[in-house]
Amino acid sequence: MTRFLPSMGLALGFAVLAAAGPPSSERDIAPLLSTHCLACHGPRKQESGLRLDSRDAALKGGDHGPALAPGKAAESAMVLVVEGRHPEVARMPHRREPLPAHEVAVLRAWIDAGAPWPAAAAAIKQSQPERPHWAFAPFHQPAPPKVRGADHPIDRFVRAKLRAESLQPSPEADRTTLLRRLSLDLTGLPPAPEEVDAFVSDKAPGAYERVVERLLASPHYGERWGRWWLDAARYADSNGFEKDRTRSIWPWRDWVIRSLNEDKPFDQFTVEQLAGDLLPDASLDQRVATGFLRNSMVNMEGGVEPEKFRVEAMIDRVDCVSRTWLGVTLACAQCHNHKYDPFSMADYYGFYALLNQDDEPRIDIPSPDQASRRAAIEAAARAIEDKARASLPDPDARLEAWLRDTAPAAGSWQPLDAHEWHSQPMKFEKQEDLAFLGGGDIHNFSVVSLWVDVTNTHITGFKVEALNDANLPFNGPGIDGDGGFNLCEFTVLAHPLASLQKSEAGSEPPHNATNSITFSRAIADAWPDGAHPTNTIDGVRNKDGWHSSFTKGRRNQERRIVFQASKPFGFEGGTRLLVALWQKPDGSGRPNHLIGRFRVSMTTRDGLLEVDPLSARQRAVAQLPPSQRPAAAQRELFREMLLHDPAFAEVAKEWDAAWKDWPAADHTSLALGARPIPRKTRIFKRGDWTRPTTEISGATPAVLPPLPAGVPANRLGLARWLVDPANPLTARVVVNRVWQAYFGTGLVTTPEDFGVRADAPSHPELLDWLAREWMQPSAAKARPNHGGGTAAPPAPWSLKNLHRLIVTSATYRQSSRIPPALAEKDAQNRLLARGPRLRVDAEMVQDIVLKASGLLSPKVGGPSVFPPLPDGVMSLAYGQIGWNVSPGDDRYRRAMYTFWKRTVPYPAMMAFDAPAAEQSCVRRNRSNTPLQALVTLNEPTMNNAARWLGWRTLQLGGPNPDSRATFLFRQVLGRRPDARETHALIRLAADLRKDFASREKDAAMFAFNDPQNPPPLPPGVTTLDAAAWSGVARAVLNLDEAITKE
Amino acid sequence: MNLLHELSRERARYLSRRWFLRDCSVGLGGIALASLLQDRAQAAVQASDPMAPRRPHFQPKAKSVIYLFMAGAPSQLELFDHKPSLRKYHGKPVPKDVLGGQTYAFIKPDSAIHAPDFAFAQHGRSGQWMSEVLPHIASVADNIAVVRSMTTDAFNHAPGQIFMNTGSQQFGRPSMGSWITYGLGSESRDLPGFVVLSSAGGLSGGAGNYGAGFLPTVFQGVPFRNGRDPVLYLSNPAGITSAAQRRTLDTVKELNEHRLGVVGDPEIATRINSFELAHRMQMSAPELVDLSKEPKHILELYGAEPGKASFANNCLLARRLVERGVRFVQLFHEAWDHHSDVKGGVKGQAAVTDKACAALVKDLKERGLLDSTLVVWGGEFGRTPQVEASAELGRSLGRDHHPQAFTYWLAGGGVKSGLSLGETDEFGFNVTKDRVHVHDLHATLLHLLGFDHEKLTFRFQGRDYRLTDVHGEVVQKLLA
Repeated sequence: MTRFLPSMGLALGFAVLAAAGPPSSERDIAPLLSTHCLACHGPRKQESGLRLDSRDAALKGGDHGPALAPGKAAESAMVLVVEGRHPEVARMPHRREPLPAHEVAVLRAWIDAGAPWPAAAAAIKQSQPERPHWAFAPFHQPAPPKVRGADHPIDRFVRAKLRAESLQPSPEADRTTLLRRLSLDLTGLPPAPEEVDAFVSDKAPGAYERVVERLLASPHYGERWGRWWLDAARYADSNGFEKDRTRSIWPWRDWVIRSLNEDKPFDQFTVEQLAGDLLPDASLDQRVATGFLRNSMVNMEGGVEPEKFRVEAMIDRVDCVSRTWLGVTLACAQCHNHKYDPFSMADYYGFYALLNQDDEPRIDIPSPDQASRRAAIEAAARAIEDKARASLPDPDARLEAWLRDTAPAAGSWQPLDAHEWHSQPMKFEKQEDLAFLGGGDIHNFSVVSLWVDVTNTHITGFKVEALNDANLPFNGPGIDGDGGFNLCEFTVLAHPLASLQKSEAGSEPPHNATNSITFSRAIADAWPDGAHPTNTIDGVRNKDGWHSSFTKGRRNQERRIVFQASKPFGFEGGTRLLVALWQKPDGSGRPNHLIGRFRVSMTTRDGLLEVDPLSARQRAVAQLPPSQRPAAAQRELFREMLLHDPAFAEVAKEWDAAWKDWPAADHTSLALGARPIPRKTRIFKRGDWTRPTTEISGATPAVLPPLPAGVPANRLGLARWLVDPANPLTARVVVNRVWQAYFGTGLVTTPEDFGVRADAPSHPELLDWLAREWMQPSAAKARPNHGGGTAAPPAPWSLKNLHRLIVTSATYRQSSRIPPALAEKDAQNRLLARGPRLRVDAEMVQDIVLKASGLLSPKVGGPSVFPPLPDGVMSLAYGQIGWNVSPGDDRYRRAMYTFWKRTVPYPAMMAFDAPAAEQSCVRRNRSNTPLQALVTLNEPTMNNAARWLGWRTLQLGGPNPDSRATFLFRQVLGRRPDARETHALIRLAADLRKDFASREKDAAMFAFNDPQNPPPLPPGVTTLDAAAWSGVARAVLNLDEAITKE
Repeated sequence: MNLLHELSRERARYLSRRWFLRDCSVGLGGIALASLLQDRAQAAVQASDPMAPRRPHFQPKAKSVIYLFMAGAPSQLELFDHKPSLRKYHGKPVPKDVLGGQTYAFIKPDSAIHAPDFAFAQHGRSGQWMSEVLPHIASVADNIAVVRSMTTDAFNHAPGQIFMNTGSQQFGRPSMGSWITYGLGSESRDLPGFVVLSSAGGLSGGAGNYGAGFLPTVFQGVPFRNGRDPVLYLSNPAGITSAAQRRTLDTVKELNEHRLGVVGDPEIATRINSFELAHRMQMSAPELVDLSKEPKHILELYGAEPGKASFANNCLLARRLVERGVRFVQLFHEAWDHHSDVKGGVKGQAAVTDKACAALVKDLKERGLLDSTLVVWGGEFGRTPQVEASAELGRSLGRDHHPQAFTYWLAGGGVKSGLSLGETDEFGFNVTKDRVHVHDLHATLLHLLGFDHEKLTFRFQGRDYRLTDVHGEVVQKLLA
């Protein structure tokens, strides 16, 4: 039966052809080849040796012979292959949907007609059509069409299209509905009944505009649109993956809310988030802003390779940035050139390189009080240094003498280049300077082993340097906590290389007395009381040690320890060393961890070994002539002298004491910082990080404009490029996403994909007009301001201005009722002949219920909170956390502050399609499921709200059922009930009262949080009334309209 | 109320179209049908009832799936992959050419080979090899197909689980259960189509293991909890009787219908329907999870104890869910990560799971459900032939994560019973015969459910995504 299908398809195809005329090579064939063939048989790639981008190439064919037999479609390989009938070749397009029948028919007809090749060679170039794809093309400069009765530019675009479709716009929604819609859109909260009354009774011109301004000025505006931004930013309060540890990055969320409330222009908003740290004199706030990129997940599962998951985070960032600002699926080009859109792997890794040059610090956010106490401590320490300096007759000469005296201690050291290393559960990576940097599953205990082959036969000692790194907390050297570390023991085994078999590359020299190196002494540049370096060679591997539990002044500095071998050693023919660092907290309760970055060196120098009081970096500066040293460095060297030279012991003691009360910051956040030496990026073969190939430098995709002149090829350059007016995507993409938030669907339905496979915009000219207007408001935009005040002049890139523009249009203000004819003609409301009617986002569901009931805490910002969660929910997580329900008002905060744990996202919000924050989300689902009903009916916070609202109804809703029904409706829906609705509520109240009558205890349990201590009730009101009206409140909160923007 | 009539007429049209596609398909030919159905699958999720049962591409063998996910990764060497040769190599390193550059989460690749301590024997007519710790699964050896040649790409737990359940190591893709409910809808009107049950520890891969990714949220797995309130927020608030609940819902319905008449938005009709479904779930779920009504011999068969949280109870619950038309039931039992004392650990977990797994197969078979229910058993990867030991982590005689080779077993739903598929080398290190990659397993599961895995797609970001990405071959040898 399937055999006659092709001919059936053909018949259909001819029907199409008959209507459209004979196939045209330009119109029909070029796009067909471009869409289905050229990705694999084009200029970039020639699978099976076949190219189909010229007639000659097609006739020449590939491994399976010519692709075409002009005039003979039935015999042409191309036809056989697309129909799946070729004896050797699999059906094409490979592993994709077969060509639709009418396209096969077109192909056949074209070949039968002799396969005339499209005239312009350029006509068939994959992904580079003559005219660029609309989204990559420069902005049009459309003037809003003239439409009678429409003044607002948005309306003129929309109505022109409606007219073309013979549709009428809907009338304006009534004021009550409109205010609720506007309040939800601009602040995410429903209006209070008083606000409704005020608006309804404001008969003066400009009432609507005044309400818009009031709402735009509300601090809750930043929350509502902040949550919108958090979706794209994949914000969460935990790392994701198995361990899913808690992270502190809410200060970034606060920054977003603040920035939006200030209406920070979007170009600045962009630059600060991607590169705030790279701006001149970057403020703490601007550094906090860079948390945007740090919202990637982090895998700290035991045994993971840190680099593998660092690369995954980079891949996530490329995806997130390209989706959020550019609306393109650049991520598809990670493993191969993009199949549809004009992005190559080089484009992908060029973009990746722009983001790949950074350290990932955790930054301190001290409270103002802490900041001033810290400043005082720093000043006191400096004063001590200055006093010591002043007490010396010639301090500079004294310093030079000390530097000279200590220079020999620097010695001559050869860093060990380990060929293998091992540790568990943490992993270390070898860096270019032969140091090792730790990552992965952070622990405070481990044995880090290095295997090194050396040829020296006269090894006299070793040195371990504990080094700073911006990726470690407080710069390290410890890997966690306050950056402290503890080294319990240092051991070395040595074995003649000659006696080891070649195959045993990493094998361990046998542990025995004959090859275990003994050390006669260990000295360090500094140690606190009780942490003498000798502890590291005392044979006790799991106790005591050399650590860094200094006060703050010395804690996060680089440290050095030197071990002198009891006698020189080294075998003729080479020696295999197994060097081991045994690390564990010292048992004192101090938060000491592993050395996060360390380097081991050896020396062959004879005599008593010394340890340099200066770090390698400091010593390098010390070797410069004093006149060439920066002032800060000179000061640093002087300080080191005070701290190391025994002659200044008293000063050092005083100096250390000054740091004693250093206050830890209340909060921290995650940020970015440029690496001193940028990381190199290589293209990964097939996207696999273990297969790096060609090195590539930072660049933007070739199809888009290049980086603007004069910007660096890093994050800052990328940010400036994104918001350069020449960039055709950013403004279109963001405007579209804002539009989507209002109308449910964007002008482009796929905000995540503006590529060639996306549907064209419903109103392309409106999209371009809005985008341009947002970036560069036209001067004529100074609309009359009915509020009496002066309207702020429209600022470029102002999001508030964009909102103002949209919500003041008649298009936005239309009634959302759906007449049957319109439902038939435009069910999705793409033409905008009516206003939006949409179930609100997950967070708004909760916020509406809390606000309407009167429970909502108005507090803006701060750490995430823990509203009640049913028992057992957290047990689904591998990395469980204590979900200690927040006290007081923090139970009733806006939903955007709910602690977001990626592996167990808050279920009541997940039911309403909140994104899981595993990746950037620019379009939420909007589902309608039974689980949602269970949430609004039975979830504890919802019930508390119903209870509270019921009680308030009795307090404030008047004495009779009618007025109470009205009160309830107005609280929740903004509007008054009609007679039928009032009646239904009154009947429900009566029936519930009857139902509870025989169950007084149940009534109290339902009506009151604490039935033992019920709240005061108005005179004449009983527990039964309270239960009945809480039940009615619950019903109203469960109405479709309650969680719908009408 | 006119609109309600409109809507019911619309639904009637939709249903008649479905009837046409289902029952008149012969006249259109298989391929055309497939593309029409595919087309419809995309459209149907926007219809008012996305969980309505749908027909797959071709006649399926299995209608529902019970996936016993052994999270943490059980040791195939202690359970199914009989390697007497390991005794010979015990204490020696795995040869370099076998290692092939593999690195591990915890151990050094040259760690010594560790021979398992359990006795293996052949069972049933099929002669399947199984370890002594699985006496019950051994008793259904002829009813299951054992695949000893599974292989995966990931060797850390979270990525490994996510890969096994979504076909990608990157988070955010739809899970297998959500793909299948997206393709098939659900036969159950009172229960979610995709139910997740959990015993033992929390899941490394978290909710991403049963998430809907970019598919509509309605297809995500719904975790059932232990106890009388299996679905979150299922119980009425304290003090509300079922009569009061019904009375409240009647008012909600009345007012919603009233509003529908005023504003004409069909979404309101869907919400009315959602509330009715929710109420039906409230009525039926407590009965569903109440195992005390099961006859004694069934409880004993599984080792289930009503009211207790256990893997055995979950197995019995899974059968009850499938009986009620739930499409995909996934049991997560995260307990197999035996980095230390693999012998004791495997023995302990075998004791917890063996009986109930076998009982599930037997029980389904006796009820005539095994033919239409596909049972799958396995974890995210296997475990090394090399020993894991570490003084600082307090580990000894354990095994590390091993992606190259591990074992799965399947039963029912069109799988060839008694089949023993695939072989590994003498170290149990690499697959040497009939390699089954994760994508192949997915392709095969979809095939058994009636899908061409290349055609069950969803367009997202301009690309037609599928469970098997761009890979996967149906394992023909597994098919009955």
